[in-house]
Amino acid sequence: MATVWVIVCYLGALLAFALGSKFLFRGTSNDYFVASRSIGPFMLLMSVFGTTMTAFALVGSTGKAFERGIGTYGLMASSSGLIHAACFFLIGVKIWSIGKRHGFVTQIQFFRARFNSNGLGYLLFPIFVLLVIPYLLIGVIGAGKTLQPATAGAFPELFQSENPILNGGVPPWLTGLVICGVVLAYIFAGGSRAAAWANTFQTLVFMAMGLVAFVLIYNVLGQAGSPTNVAARVTEQGTVVQDYSFDKASGKLIKADKPKVVGKLKHPEEANEWAGKQPHLTRDEVEIIYKAKNPKTKELVDKTRDVGVPWLMFLTYMFIPLSVGMFPHLFQHWLTAKSAKAFKLTLIAHPLCIMIVWVPCVLIGIWASGLLPWGMPPAAVLSNVLKTLIGNPILTGMLTAGILAAIMSSLDSQFLCLGTIFTNDVVLHNSKKKYTDKQILFMARGFVVGIVALTYVLALLLQNQNVFDLAVWCFSGFAALTPLVIAALYWKRATAAGAFASVIAVVVTWLIFFAMSGFGGEFTVMGGVMPAAICWVAGALAMVVVSLATKPPSRETVNKFFV
Amino acid sequence: MKKISVVFLVIFVVLAALHQDAWNWSSSYLIFGFMPVGLAYHALYSLTAALFWGIVIKFAWPEDLEQWAEEGEKNSTP
Repeated sequence: MATVWVIVCYLGALLAFALGSKFLFRGTSNDYFVASRSIGPFMLLMSVFGTTMTAFALVGSTGKAFERGIGTYGLMASSSGLIHAACFFLIGVKIWSIGKRHGFVTQIQFFRARFNSNGLGYLLFPIFVLLVIPYLLIGVIGAGKTLQPATAGAFPELFQSENPILNGGVPPWLTGLVICGVVLAYIFAGGSRAAAWANTFQTLVFMAMGLVAFVLIYNVLGQAGSPTNVAARVTEQGTVVQDYSFDKASGKLIKADKPKVVGKLKHPEEANEWAGKQPHLTRDEVEIIYKAKNPKTKELVDKTRDVGVPWLMFLTYMFIPLSVGMFPHLFQHWLTAKSAKAFKLTLIAHPLCIMIVWVPCVLIGIWASGLLPWGMPPAAVLSNVLKTLIGNPILTGMLTAGILAAIMSSLDSQFLCLGTIFTNDVVLHNSKKKYTDKQILFMARGFVVGIVALTYVLALLLQNQNVFDLAVWCFSGFAALTPLVIAALYWKRATAAGAFASVIAVVVTWLIFFAMSGFGGEFTVMGGVMPAAICWVAGALAMVVVSLATKPPSRETVNKFFV
Repeated sequence: MKKISVVFLVIFVVLAALHQDAWNWSSSYLIFGFMPVGLAYHALYSLTAALFWGIVIKFAWPEDLEQWAEEGEKNSTP
């Protein structure tokens, strides 16, 4: 019960803090959409970092490291430190200046004006919406799945479940309702400014909680000499074993006389090469067979896991962080900046913030490989490590609040961004009717309420589907669209036809790969190449070839967008 | 393109290449007794990225953009 109270207190504090921004709300649509372009360096850093780091930052990174090992950090975090900052510098700062000069509040307004094409806006609008919605669902469903095991036992009579791990826990429908309600409350009231305030609070909370979790877990596993000794090990016989177990009653880590076998090498002839090694500590690839429960039949079945990272995958994953260059919700955060100089802190501190959050999570993931059942869903790894090793309900509540903070700091910006797009790019665009600022504000709030309600209903309907598998596809889609924004900003010769060709090439290649993957999940081609890399090249080539083959944009357009 | 921008572009490409630390691929050596060297290298890589962007800001910040943005703000419409 204490866990629930800590989470309730956190949500209350968040709401109070975010609603505090209402005192600065100027009552205009410009303030609602882009906080009157008044956000300073620290809040810009916190809101950009908080928005970029979704549930995946804490929960997903730990789960991925549990599956693949240390390669997770290089794959997703260190590359992001370099590439995200490059996007902020080369795209964000320029977009801010163009947005300020011409008064843009959405990405589609910019692309329509730059390429002098209404049609491009109509093409981009459904793409953006369809790519953001799964992202929203991941947040709402992820929150439900995190909170239920963390609060298990709190309400045994009210929320009964057949699964003993979940019995008495807050059910996902209620978590989703509360999360959506809290985010809606402050976004409805204060728009972009409230999102920036809330993100600042939430980013500080999830960074602090991530570090607290790390220190606590480090101290417990340190009983093994080094916590890294706990990670799973391969024996001379080719089995994969866990040498340690945790005794909850005494709070002691116990070295087993007979290590527990959790899997075996798929290719036993590799046993000599791997004997004595801990596969999660390197990036060499090895296929391991382990037992996992079939969720439908409840029977234990053999599954294969690739620990390590293929070289081509490691190389081409560098394309994925480019997605921040095209996220519509980040675009909106960039426009809230007070000045171009406000970006400076974000450029330097973003790679550091990534390191502070991801290094502990990746370490916890590799340590967990030696403690938890290998069949455990990756998304459940962090909460299970906390519950197993820490066990203190107040700390569990604080750490769960940290996970919720990471989720909600992305949700708010995405809700607001879709509301802004609907208002400006669908209703107001080409509207013959003149709307007052109050009417625009009313409309935007109405759209935000509608999007939150739709997301909640979809999350209820799809809560048992594996929407987490869609995450990398959302990132891939946005990443592959970056040739469009790069050309728009840096290539005077880029034309509307080139822009159409680029977007269509990306959509077609993306759909082909998405279908080939079986509509979601991790998927590579040609021995490890990420589809995003091929979609990106297709988009870039289409942009260049078609632009060169068509009439250059007018001098007036070029002068409007280039210094 | 300005000379300084070319220099930073070259450094950026070198940094991107250094991300592919093939020499750490198979090593499970522990730094500080708990951090695998492949992870420690990439943590250091994050620090280097921050330092790189700090230097870019110092020497290649687009000062003219701010003025350009302010100039047009009042008399332009989307």
